[in-house]
Amino acid sequence: MSIRIALAGNPNSGKTTLFNALTGSNQFVGNWPGVTVEKKEGRLKNHKDVVIMDLPGIYSLSPYTLEEVVTRNYLMNERPDAILNIVDGTNIERNLYLSTQLMELGIPVIMAINMMDAVEKNGDRIHLDKLSKKLGCEVVPISALKGTGIIQAAEKAIKLAEEKKATPAVHSFSPQVDSVLNRIEVKIGSQIPDEQKRFFAIKLLERDEKIEAQMKQVPDISAEIELIEAEMEDDTESIITNDRYLYISSIIKECYTKKSRGKLSNSDRIDQVITNRWLALPIFMAIMFIVYYVSVTSVGTIATDWANDGVFGDGWHLFGIEAIWIPGIPVLIENVLNAIGCAAWLQGLILDGMVAGVGAVLGFVPQMLILFAFLAFLEACGYMARVAFIMDRIFRKFGLSGKSFIPMLIGSGCGVPGIMASRTIENDRDRKMTIMTTTFIPCGAKLPIIALIAGAIFHGAWWVAPSAYFVGISAIICSGIILKKTKMFAGDTAPFVMELPSYHMPTLRNILASMWERGLSFIKKAGTIILLSTIFVWFTENFGFTNGSIGMVEDMNDSILAVIGSMLAFLFAPLGWGDWKSAVAAITGLIAKENVVGTFGILFGFGEVTENGSQIWGSLAGNMTAAAAYSFLVFNLLCAPCFAAMGAIKREMNNVKWFWIAIGYQTGLAYVVSLCIYQIVTLITTGNFGIGALVAFVLVAGLCYLIFRPYKQNQ
Amino acid sequence: MKTLRDIKCGETAKVIRLNGVGAIKRRIMDMGITKGTDVFVRKVAPLGDPIEVTVRGYELSLRKADTEMIEVE
Repeated sequence: MSIRIALAGNPNSGKTTLFNALTGSNQFVGNWPGVTVEKKEGRLKNHKDVVIMDLPGIYSLSPYTLEEVVTRNYLMNERPDAILNIVDGTNIERNLYLSTQLMELGIPVIMAINMMDAVEKNGDRIHLDKLSKKLGCEVVPISALKGTGIIQAAEKAIKLAEEKKATPAVHSFSPQVDSVLNRIEVKIGSQIPDEQKRFFAIKLLERDEKIEAQMKQVPDISAEIELIEAEMEDDTESIITNDRYLYISSIIKECYTKKSRGKLSNSDRIDQVITNRWLALPIFMAIMFIVYYVSVTSVGTIATDWANDGVFGDGWHLFGIEAIWIPGIPVLIENVLNAIGCAAWLQGLILDGMVAGVGAVLGFVPQMLILFAFLAFLEACGYMARVAFIMDRIFRKFGLSGKSFIPMLIGSGCGVPGIMASRTIENDRDRKMTIMTTTFIPCGAKLPIIALIAGAIFHGAWWVAPSAYFVGISAIICSGIILKKTKMFAGDTAPFVMELPSYHMPTLRNILASMWERGLSFIKKAGTIILLSTIFVWFTENFGFTNGSIGMVEDMNDSILAVIGSMLAFLFAPLGWGDWKSAVAAITGLIAKENVVGTFGILFGFGEVTENGSQIWGSLAGNMTAAAAYSFLVFNLLCAPCFAAMGAIKREMNNVKWFWIAIGYQTGLAYVVSLCIYQIVTLITTGNFGIGALVAFVLVAGLCYLIFRPYKQNQ
Repeated sequence: MKTLRDIKCGETAKVIRLNGVGAIKRRIMDMGITKGTDVFVRKVAPLGDPIEVTVRGYELSLRKADTEMIEVE
């Protein structure tokens, strides 16, 4: 039987660093069932039979946030053998607030005071023996960063787990509260084991509805609640919280000697500059520019081009040296297939279907790793919290988090890492909303479509490209406002009561660990969907019915995809581009948005075309009106993104229902907006009022209603 | 009634009580803003909202709208 030790503590207490140090590379990262909260467990180094469970970083065991509920349920239902409670020594007062709650669960608890080196450096002292006596649990000093004391802490936790003796909660509340709690404990009766009664009694007293689901029989304690509320002139939740903090303050006075110092800490001095009223925004923009420039424009592009055109293309020069040419994977495989005389269709399936599909997954990874390294750095050093602090004012109006800025900025380069960047948003609702809206920003692969339409239809007019960004940003803002008011997102609005942690230098090891883990999770969770969809589209593109039998076709005009396109074309007729060529182009855009241009090239019979498709401008202009072309552009900008981005959405939503809600919402919005644009512009230019224009006005009215209807607070 | 919203940058105030209900109130209390605590208003964000306060020896940010829940001396 293995021993399970749960690692619990506040956010920013060094929990992840400790977890990494204890488990090394023996980690399994997943999600808690059905929610977007990350679940990490690992085996203790040199102790194969000890499993460490890294619980979400929380401040309290209240029933209000997803992380807290996940942690509570785990601790109550799974009952780990011991809790290793990590406490930030430099911020001990608030950290102990959670500790007192953990102590009530009736599980053996050991406390590890982290950042002891920083405490000593500040000249402060924590009297560990006194603290241990006051709290009734063993206390060990550690430095997770330097790795000191962590082995001892883990070994003590194992010993505690083996003894199976629950740590009794020795802290007390005020006499009135204590006596009420004792009475509630009696009322609970024998349905709950003795060592857990205190926890249940407190939660019942706090009117915690979620605890009632955990009990067979809920005692009626309304009289007790009424009594204590009348006596203390406050609600029970406040009474308990006050009492806890009063108790902690009394401990701190005895166990913590703070060196009186007038001067500011280093962190304070950094913060004075970085979030200065006037400097904050310029510094923020400079940092964002660096992140964008390195991870999207310069190094990121080199990495992506290397992966896509080198490793999964023709080949590349090792270290850029002319003489050393390493052929790309497709080339190598092609040579092998040629050598063994492989059939043409199989060769096509392997090279254009499977290898291209794998390439589509892996091609994004190098760029993503660069971005993840930046994000890990910004998160670990404490700046990410300041991003939310600086941007909150703007983004909360659209129901998003200040941290949504980064996914959207990155999304203007590539939506895939943009969606993955939403990881940094803690709040579930804000994160989902960000995932749903990030790809509205035109990404790099959509630029060729913009260039095609601008060149072919609008004679390269200057306003087409800016208008595409305007459409994208408006779609985000309107979606935020609309979604915020829907049932799915209404209700518990996220309290923006956020800790601004002290700045500190992260370790390289932690940054690399975070980067690697996120990159791997993209490959694992998003890879399958990308690969399968790529193969599917490849198949329909290259196979067709000729002479009554199914087989490979030379001309895409004969392919199954063309048949599907013709069948779906009627759907796009109200949008002004109901011919099958445009429908097929939009479908191939799902593999990668820039394919739209190439597909038009093939369908108009030009074969390979340049990136902006200048060869087909004439054909396209003859095929579409200006209104239809713009509607086509808007549809492709807003509709479901490419398969790689859909894979990222699926990975981040971690829920099939939410994945389809996101894709459905994006495509639905794209359809409605394109339809309105086409119909209304056509009405203005031709003056013919038809059923289409009527529908468009109804839809516009509907959208306006969704945007301007009053916000109902869902209690 | 004076609330934390009325406190200027660089001033400290003592909390008398918290008004309001539900998740936000609980969160504010969980973070250590309880009856009798001293709250130092450290700065205002560049766009005017939220604010940064020091409470129980650490930094916390709060939206101005939420600071109206916190009644001070």
